[in-house]
Amino acid sequence: MATDYTFPENAAKAAAAAQELQPERMSLNMGPSHPSTHGVLRLQLELDGEVVTRADPVVGYLHRGDEKIAENMTYNQFVPYTDRLDYLAPLANNVAYAIAVERLAKLEVPPRCQAIRVIIAELARISSHLMGLGAFGIDVGAWTVFLYTFTEREKLYKLFEELTGARFTTSYTRIGGLARDVPEGWTGRVNAFCDQFLPILEETLALLTRNKIFLDRTAGIGVIAKEDAIAYGLTGPNLRGCGVPLDLRKDRPYGGYEQYEFDVPVGATGDCYDRYLCRGEEMRQSVRIVKQAIARFPGGDWFAPDARRIFAPPKDKILTSMEELIQNFMLVSEGPQMPPGEVYFEAENPKGALGFFVVSRGGGVPWRLKIRSPSFCNLSILPKVCVGAMVADIVSILGSFDFVMGECDR
Amino acid sequence: MTAPTDAAALLPEKFPQVTARPSLDWPAFNIPAGDAVAVLRWLRDEGGFDLLADLTAIDGGAAQTPRFTVVWHLFSTTGHTYLRLAADCPDDAEPAMPTASGLWPGANWHEREVYDMFGIQFPGHPDLRRILMWDGYPYFPLRKEFPLAGLDTELPGADVAEETGAKVKPAPYMGGPFVAPRSGTLEESEPRARDQSWTERQEKPDKA
Repeated sequence: MATDYTFPENAAKAAAAAQELQPERMSLNMGPSHPSTHGVLRLQLELDGEVVTRADPVVGYLHRGDEKIAENMTYNQFVPYTDRLDYLAPLANNVAYAIAVERLAKLEVPPRCQAIRVIIAELARISSHLMGLGAFGIDVGAWTVFLYTFTEREKLYKLFEELTGARFTTSYTRIGGLARDVPEGWTGRVNAFCDQFLPILEETLALLTRNKIFLDRTAGIGVIAKEDAIAYGLTGPNLRGCGVPLDLRKDRPYGGYEQYEFDVPVGATGDCYDRYLCRGEEMRQSVRIVKQAIARFPGGDWFAPDARRIFAPPKDKILTSMEELIQNFMLVSEGPQMPPGEVYFEAENPKGALGFFVVSRGGGVPWRLKIRSPSFCNLSILPKVCVGAMVADIVSILGSFDFVMGECDR
Repeated sequence: MTAPTDAAALLPEKFPQVTARPSLDWPAFNIPAGDAVAVLRWLRDEGGFDLLADLTAIDGGAAQTPRFTVVWHLFSTTGHTYLRLAADCPDDAEPAMPTASGLWPGANWHEREVYDMFGIQFPGHPDLRRILMWDGYPYFPLRKEFPLAGLDTELPGADVAEETGAKVKPAPYMGGPFVAPRSGTLEESEPRARDQSWTERQEKPDKA
């Protein structure tokens, strides 16, 4: 049965007590602006020669107070802020936030809306993993991979731009629906992207999968045991890389994921190489889901019909009809009126489980909105994983974790 | 070991001091602060809730007693279900809650964040420092009385502050927040800036 844990800090303290017998330790500051720390993560390392004896991550350089801001605006006004959490997969964040608030409002969105959300969440996963793989490659010295993945990501961003009007800050979902329907012919272009993407993905992964240098840098490095991964609250590919087959899309289906067939890849040893393999396979599975969703793309409404108190009425109705004008005015000034209650929803995002804990006391503004960010939880295991690794391994470990500080610091 | 779905039903029998908490989704319980660790340990070891998904706090505002509530969200990696636990901090002036970092090392950072944002102490925590704000920051920003714009503070780097005389200044939200209260006269409920006496271009008048 599970045991109580001792802290790596305690191990470090014990090591410090024995320091009289040891040669002098060197402290090394890595970040906050270091190319391999992917943003503004800072690591305070203590080194014995080239071996890390203590690692203390310093986070918070990108803290913007998103949770405080959320308490001061209406539910729909917060959608653009979710873009800036995991800014490599804004569409997935939009979807997760919308579903969380819809659970509070007890709204069911129609099948077309669900299908669009599944497609954009999976495309966001592909684009996030492409970026993660490319950056991982650069971290360990494989530059070419980045050129391939960035080209593919660019094609995805063209599709996002066509759909949402923005490449990066998409703000596409609304509570109870979407900002707009998909443009004419868009699903066909997504399908075409998927078809040409698969061979390129194979070509890209072939650059790394049996690459001797890449294997030397990643295999057996940064090994995380299954039990530790769960105890530290790891989620997403980082947890599955350790051999835990947990995928909320499969195990706690939301937003219509139960209709699609896909496999959940898991790792065997929990090292950096397994985390890489998981991400590669997840992209293939995402393509599978997208193609299924497009093959049976439903017609009908793309917003919940009973979201009248939440969703802005059509623009022509606002300009011509008194009742719709009043409703629009109330929505803008007071926000959609939500019932009081507490809701916690986690979505399987590219980085892991992105959770929203919404506490409502009624009215148009959340009383408290807690964002459970997967990157924050994933990074909390760093003090344990980094101890005993070489300095160059830290770069591999950080690359394989694929974190985003915008989400970690909120 | 009991299945996670049964554990939620068994919990009130096992711990009579546990009461149901209103919830719109997962089973939720209120627990006394003193029993928090025992209940969490039982849920982890016997109930199958092996993953601490989230740990956070709610500030009820200065008018409410008990004011601070700590909330745990547990997840079962085998039963794939969630459970919400909440415990009120007994003291409003110096809120405290026993640490869960002995049960889940992942609670370490979550509790640091709750301390950072709400000022709730976690006795027994191995390293209770601020995590998102810098060391030495004097306020707890997610408390309800903390203004959205922020408050004047010293710069984190004392040497830079001395050389430049710069301070951390509040960021006016261009007069926001722009949310109207639902009740009151029309004049009060019009969408308007709550404090228009200062903007980014115009200094905040001294309160004196």
